[in-house]
Amino acid sequence: MTDLTLNPSGSGSHAGKRPVLNSGFNFLRFKKITEVGIKSIYSHGLRSLLTVLGIVIGVAAVIAMLAVSEGASFEAQQQFRDLGASNILLKSVKPAEVEESSRSGFGPPQAIVYGLTIADITAIRNSIPGISNVISSRIVKKNVWNGGLNMNTDVVGTSVDYPVSRNYNLRAGRFFSESEVRDHANVVVLSEEVAQGLFPIDNPLGKSIRIDSDYYNVVGIMESEGFSNLGQNQAGSSNSAPSRIFIPFTSSKSRFGETTTRQTAGGVESETVELHEAIIQIDNQDGVIEVGEIIDSILERRHKDIDYAIEVPLALLRQAEESALRDQIVAGAIAGISLLVGGIGIMNIMLASVTERTREIGIRRALGAKRRDIIMQFLIEAVILSGVGGLIGVVLGVAIPFIISAFWGMTTIVTPLAPLLAFSISALIGVIFGIYPSIRAADMDPVEALRHE
Amino acid sequence: MLETNLSRSTNSDSALIAGREVVASLDYIRKTYFMGALAVEVLHGISLDFYQGDYISIMGPSGCGKSTLMNILGCLDQPTEGKYFLGDEDTSKMEDDELSTIRGARLGFIFQSYNLIQQLNVLENIEMPLFYQGYSEADSHEIAMGLAARVGLQDRVDHKPFELSGGQQQRVAIARALAVDPLIILADEPTGNLDSKSGAEILNLFDELHDQGKTLIMVTHSDELAERSQRWVRLRDGLVESDDRLNA
Repeated sequence: MTDLTLNPSGSGSHAGKRPVLNSGFNFLRFKKITEVGIKSIYSHGLRSLLTVLGIVIGVAAVIAMLAVSEGASFEAQQQFRDLGASNILLKSVKPAEVEESSRSGFGPPQAIVYGLTIADITAIRNSIPGISNVISSRIVKKNVWNGGLNMNTDVVGTSVDYPVSRNYNLRAGRFFSESEVRDHANVVVLSEEVAQGLFPIDNPLGKSIRIDSDYYNVVGIMESEGFSNLGQNQAGSSNSAPSRIFIPFTSSKSRFGETTTRQTAGGVESETVELHEAIIQIDNQDGVIEVGEIIDSILERRHKDIDYAIEVPLALLRQAEESALRDQIVAGAIAGISLLVGGIGIMNIMLASVTERTREIGIRRALGAKRRDIIMQFLIEAVILSGVGGLIGVVLGVAIPFIISAFWGMTTIVTPLAPLLAFSISALIGVIFGIYPSIRAADMDPVEALRHE
Repeated sequence: MLETNLSRSTNSDSALIAGREVVASLDYIRKTYFMGALAVEVLHGISLDFYQGDYISIMGPSGCGKSTLMNILGCLDQPTEGKYFLGDEDTSKMEDDELSTIRGARLGFIFQSYNLIQQLNVLENIEMPLFYQGYSEADSHEIAMGLAARVGLQDRVDHKPFELSGGQQQRVAIARALAVDPLIILADEPTGNLDSKSGAEILNLFDELHDQGKTLIMVTHSDELAERSQRWVRLRDGLVESDDRLNA
């Protein structure tokens, strides 16, 4: 063995060093305890990782779910916003019982009369103040021709304010004018989709298209509709692709007549609909939901059958917001449960750790550790565990929405609040679920703890 | 009761010889354990004075109350009755936090099974009592390095306990016990887990500590160990049976 002689001068070696008396928070102490905690977590690598997994999944789930639901609600709200927050949409709907009777009847098909009328609109305008404008439309399904090319489209006969009322902009040319409406002019504005279908190569502006036997001058092209076609599948048009063209309301009436016929699987169906759609614009957005209710009651009085539908985009927007909130609460609850499970996992492992390290606790107590030193040690360890788990979870939680967006094209929005919230919750869980094991550790009798094998 | 009085008088006799400072004093210590409704008195009234530089072996058969006495001396447990002065402080009514502080500041522990913390290296183990006393990092590092050198482990400060032999581990424990420069060093069967060679090394260290004026209290069964000391306290059935000292 090496020289074991004690160095006598060593006895006074720390005579001059005074302990820094620790009142309140002591950074050195905190740092040391943290180091010990990291060491102990590190020495049980796999176990720590598995422990933390619950928190990781919980935090990642919170962030990802919130991002997805946030994105979905943003999309929905965008759609309703496009319909105009100060608009009320009225539509004609073929009533169910009329359909029944026309199908089962004998003899030549009779024209079904249903839907909104100009008289309805007049009545509404007269009884409700604050209506700034009404844009009425007739929508007739027609084959539209450009030479040999043809498309089956909805021909919308409407007024000059249509684009403004729906935040629907022109891409090229112009919309038809007041005087053209007055003159029953044969002018047409194509939707982007129809323009591409009928004029795949050349510019349609200034050219003509044919509907039935009439030619119409193309004066404008709308921009691609994107989502704003929502709620506009009209008059039996079942194709979801928005292929629509716009002509003056007056032209529609005089060219196509009041009664339209169309071929169906069962034969020929005729219907007489004065107005297919009306957009009622309100001066003040705040009253839009109430005005919607009044209009509903007016129409209810005037119509025997329910052959109309009323849509208030603002109400739908509110609903969308509410359902988004509901989604978020559900997502939050699910995520909360997984965080709870994660927290219980941490508590479980901390209890095991306390039992395993009973001897260590005894030693530390014998060497001067106070109860609160022991509590601090195990609490810090629990917080490190959950904090590291939370951090991994945040990274995953931010990455997952990104991947979802990249691969499935869904809109996801990670608000900065979500990772912050999720991380704080995970740290809090460390504290909450660390408290009991830590107190158990600190309450051990030092004598018993030292005797523990 | 008679025996207790006897032991007290023996003690006061030795006080005359010593003429040294009393570092610890037990005043009629009783300890009762409660096991449910059953109360078992383990110590029936023990009074002892320990002097600066004492080198004491506490001996006695199993069940005589050695361990209990040791726990009380180490402020790990408190007497049911009586007073225990450590330095000039009465510890018998202290709160848990105060006991922790006095353990860390005034006492050094050496255990039979070394009781080092396995995740920490030699240096960190030696530093631990200093940490709980709030020494600065630089100071505790310096002190721990000095002590590691004192016990001949200056080359092993980075090693973990499991990389050391039993004798080396016990030397780390001794260094740790010396870290705060305690009033008393308490050793519980310090050579119990060691072979005779390592045990002898530890005893040599104890002798040197004694030569430097440290106060050492050992609990032991081993006659070899007891031979080294200069005062022998024998317990029997929770009472001091004899208290003899080498006439210096």
